[in-house]
Amino acid sequence: MSKIKTNRSRRDFIKMAGAAATAVAAGIGGFPYVARAAGNIKIGIVHPVTGWAQYSGSQARFGAVTALKEINAGGGIKSMGGARLEAVLGDAQSKPEIGAAVVEKFNEAGVSSIVGAYASNICLATTQAAAKYGIPHVVDVGVSDKIVSRGLENTFRFGPGFGAITKAGVENFLNINKAAGSPVKTVAIVNEETTGFGAGIAKIMTRGLKPAGIEVVEVLSHPTPNKDFRNIVLRLKEIDPDVVIPSHYYNEGVLFLRTLQRQKVQPKAIYSVLGGASSQYRFLAEFPDAAQYVMDCNHWFDPRNPEALALKKKTEEAGLYFNYEVFLAYTAMMFTADAIERAASADRGKIIEAMAASNWAGSIMPYGPTRMVNGQNTGARPLVTQVLGKEILVIAPETYAQAKAVFPRPA
Amino acid sequence: MSDRVRMTGWALLLLIFAAVPAFISSARWIDFLELTLFVAVLGQGWNILGGYGGQYSFGNAVFFGTGAYIQALLQYKLGIGPWAAMWFAVAGTVVVGAFIGYLSFRYGLRGSYFALITLAFSEAFLVLSRSLKSLTEGGRGVQLPLNQDPAQALAAFQFNFSDPFLRSYGFYYTILIILIVACALTWWMERSRFGAQLVAVRENEEAAEALGISAFRVKMGAICLAAAISAMAGIYYVQKFLYIEPGIAYGTGKSVEALFAPIIGGLGTVAGPLLGSFFIHGIGEIAKETLGRAMGDRPGIDLILFGSILILVLAFLPRGLAGLLESVCKRIGGGRDA
Amino acid sequence: MELFGLSIPLYGWQTVLGSAISGVFLGSIYALVALGLTLIYGVLHIINFAHGALLMLAMYGVYFLWRYFGIDPYLAMLVIVPAGFFFGYGLQRYVIGWASHGKDEIILLVTLGIAIVIENGALFFFTATERSVRVPYDLDGIDLGVTYAVYPELAALAGSLLITGGLWLFMTRTDTGKAIRAVARERQGARLVGINVDHIFAVTFGIGVACVAAAASLLVPTYPVHPQIGSLFVLIAFTVVVLGGMGSFVGALIGGLLIGVTEQLGRLYLGESLGLITVSLIFILVLLFRPNGLFGQKTGQGSS
Repeated sequence: MSKIKTNRSRRDFIKMAGAAATAVAAGIGGFPYVARAAGNIKIGIVHPVTGWAQYSGSQARFGAVTALKEINAGGGIKSMGGARLEAVLGDAQSKPEIGAAVVEKFNEAGVSSIVGAYASNICLATTQAAAKYGIPHVVDVGVSDKIVSRGLENTFRFGPGFGAITKAGVENFLNINKAAGSPVKTVAIVNEETTGFGAGIAKIMTRGLKPAGIEVVEVLSHPTPNKDFRNIVLRLKEIDPDVVIPSHYYNEGVLFLRTLQRQKVQPKAIYSVLGGASSQYRFLAEFPDAAQYVMDCNHWFDPRNPEALALKKKTEEAGLYFNYEVFLAYTAMMFTADAIERAASADRGKIIEAMAASNWAGSIMPYGPTRMVNGQNTGARPLVTQVLGKEILVIAPETYAQAKAVFPRPA
Repeated sequence: MSDRVRMTGWALLLLIFAAVPAFISSARWIDFLELTLFVAVLGQGWNILGGYGGQYSFGNAVFFGTGAYIQALLQYKLGIGPWAAMWFAVAGTVVVGAFIGYLSFRYGLRGSYFALITLAFSEAFLVLSRSLKSLTEGGRGVQLPLNQDPAQALAAFQFNFSDPFLRSYGFYYTILIILIVACALTWWMERSRFGAQLVAVRENEEAAEALGISAFRVKMGAICLAAAISAMAGIYYVQKFLYIEPGIAYGTGKSVEALFAPIIGGLGTVAGPLLGSFFIHGIGEIAKETLGRAMGDRPGIDLILFGSILILVLAFLPRGLAGLLESVCKRIGGGRDA
Repeated sequence: MELFGLSIPLYGWQTVLGSAISGVFLGSIYALVALGLTLIYGVLHIINFAHGALLMLAMYGVYFLWRYFGIDPYLAMLVIVPAGFFFGYGLQRYVIGWASHGKDEIILLVTLGIAIVIENGALFFFTATERSVRVPYDLDGIDLGVTYAVYPELAALAGSLLITGGLWLFMTRTDTGKAIRAVARERQGARLVGINVDHIFAVTFGIGVACVAAAASLLVPTYPVHPQIGSLFVLIAFTVVVLGGMGSFVGALIGGLLIGVTEQLGRLYLGESLGLITVSLIFILVLLFRPNGLFGQKTGQGSS
């Protein structure tokens, strides 16, 4: 009985507020969510935990859920009297339209904010669906720069996008090359072109490397999934570039690096940009030889941050590997919680305002204070790592470096 | 008599669907209905060729995807409005359907051979849409700009930022209208000469030919109609999600969804695809809400249940849900339908 | 060289030859996966959508035998092949046969349903984590000059030849094999002469799954295991089956190798993504102009 009443009053409210709501800047509207003090604040967590992206999706879900549990264990949202966060989980089944359907359910469940959805094409669908209801949506991984360039006011990405990562990749590479006495004349790019997260990598690379006298001699694009890298490796054998720059997902990364090893092709360095397997503990554990000396410009945690190391331990104790899906989703959730703390409200509009104005500096990532421009955190940056022995160590930029780059690699 | 009963049934169903906003305000359930009707449209596209014509396609995604891509690319590349693009999307898809049909039927492919060639075509389109970047934007997909001006909602065929009613129900009515068109076309076909010829070809192609029916022409007609209906589903998809990429368009997912619904619901019946789609999504939803929820964050269990129920339904209802419905009706009506 | 806006590059002969050789290795894997499928297709006339899921399941079997009992993946065949046979036998006799009422469109859906159950079962019980087997001879092999052939690749090639030969012998020299061929050719007639058709169907399906299990053993040293791995090979396996002729083992072997080489060369020249179109094109052209495949028996078109 009371439920019907609420519905009716909500509807009447919508009718009355209809004109006003649409006049308000895009996105903010829909059902007003009134939170009771110290009640649970629902957070939607959407990832592709089945379908092609299931592995990464599950990793990301673990990261987000872990963060949420830690916040609750630490006393919840203090500005709201210790209100608890409640996870509402959703499976996007690796399909954008299912992701959008999950957001509809989240809206129904009254979530205050959403964290997700790993793959770029799913993020495009979920952020757009969330925009309809003015639900703040923090993108955890999704590196495609289209996600934050559409003018959606509810959409935020805490980590760096593809363009920023590639630019940093070029910059750091030039520094490393210079420090070694500039031995590199030629590079070849091996990138995935199916999901297109790395579309445009060749252009950015060529533009950045040319002034330093380094030529991009070949761009070898391949589909995802790809079951064979022999052709590409044979081409690399033929053109013999100084450095190979791979950019793709985990499975392809493993197969590519193993094929290089099987075919005994060994360039001066493998320097990946978003290299899938290149900075993954799992790959290092399973194929330590193939992983040796591989460098990667990618999402990476601040290695000096004790919280990051604690999360790493916790992830490993759960039988998972600590990779970017885990720590980016973890950070996206932490950013969300901080914004709710700042907003002191579970109201979607207020959380969006708090996110847009956030200057949070407490993340485990090497980002510095947050500064959101059009939903993108401009403080976000990748780090360059290298596999050295049994460890993956940060080698650039200087501020975070744990070791000196071994470059060129010893034969 | 039975016709009148059937018509009344359809009119009642139509009334219920049209009046949905009066009793369902939950966006989540509207979304469920939308997805169900969407798959019913895909299923109806499959049903024309597979159900009535007996030509089982494994590659109906090729029609869905082509419709979606034309709808998206005309807007994205040439700036043509969505309402104008629509006609080209349907027409272009019919051309593709005619092309595939011409090759397959000219060379007399039937049964599993026809199934495989449609699969091969959808795979070829998948590869092409990924590779011909200058035409299709490749794997990145086509992302249409979001219209945020409520006054433009209808003109832009985008309801995300329109007034509350359209925002909630705009796409529901879109897919409902498409489904009505698809069902009306099927219904018309069923009672036309063309439909009778199609069924005759399904039952026995040689006999039909002997009666002077050109099996080739009949099948060509069916594949074109199937293509047109599937293309409409593609148009809806693009307008709703403003995004299309090769995997969504031409992946096996849509082909499989398209054939599940009519086979479970009842082959060669107007209502089959709708019934089947409701059943599949209903089961999926129940599985997700019960087992899926109980298992917390461990994925997979709901789909295990879904797959098992599917097999059980196939085992116990070989004629589909429409067959079940019919026999129930017959029992109630004392066999008057026969 | 420019062609329709696509640049066709000129490569050194080492690269081209290496690519062709790698196509042979890839093709041997296609043939391995297709052997079981062609048997099932040729006899039962069903498009077995669960084939990829069964391959995946068998790969998990091989992986767990290695992981928990230290059994070498190739040795694991002794366990996994019989297990595959009995699993397949049961699946056909008590699930597919029971649920499908002998109707083709229903069989298709039942195998799809089985694929959904197996794939999500793997996801639920084994999780999405990708697992790799490491064998000590992973990197050893023969230097062919233009390319290296590592032992796992050579084993897969040898395995495809041996299994093809074995199946051929079985089908021509044993009573069961002859019964299977009789059922494939004339279902009703076979029933009339007293052959238990349901049993033969199940035996055929069982052998098909046993072949997939053997393929799994040979794939595991090269490919990682995860719930989606089967889908990488299924579509191509269908192409191989059609190219070789449905039900022909030699056809599957040669078809597999042909497609492997064509695909690799196509990808070399057209680019890794667009090059995949060669497989679809072969598929379409064979269906149109030689629907019985290169080695298929003339059964007339469109036996469904």
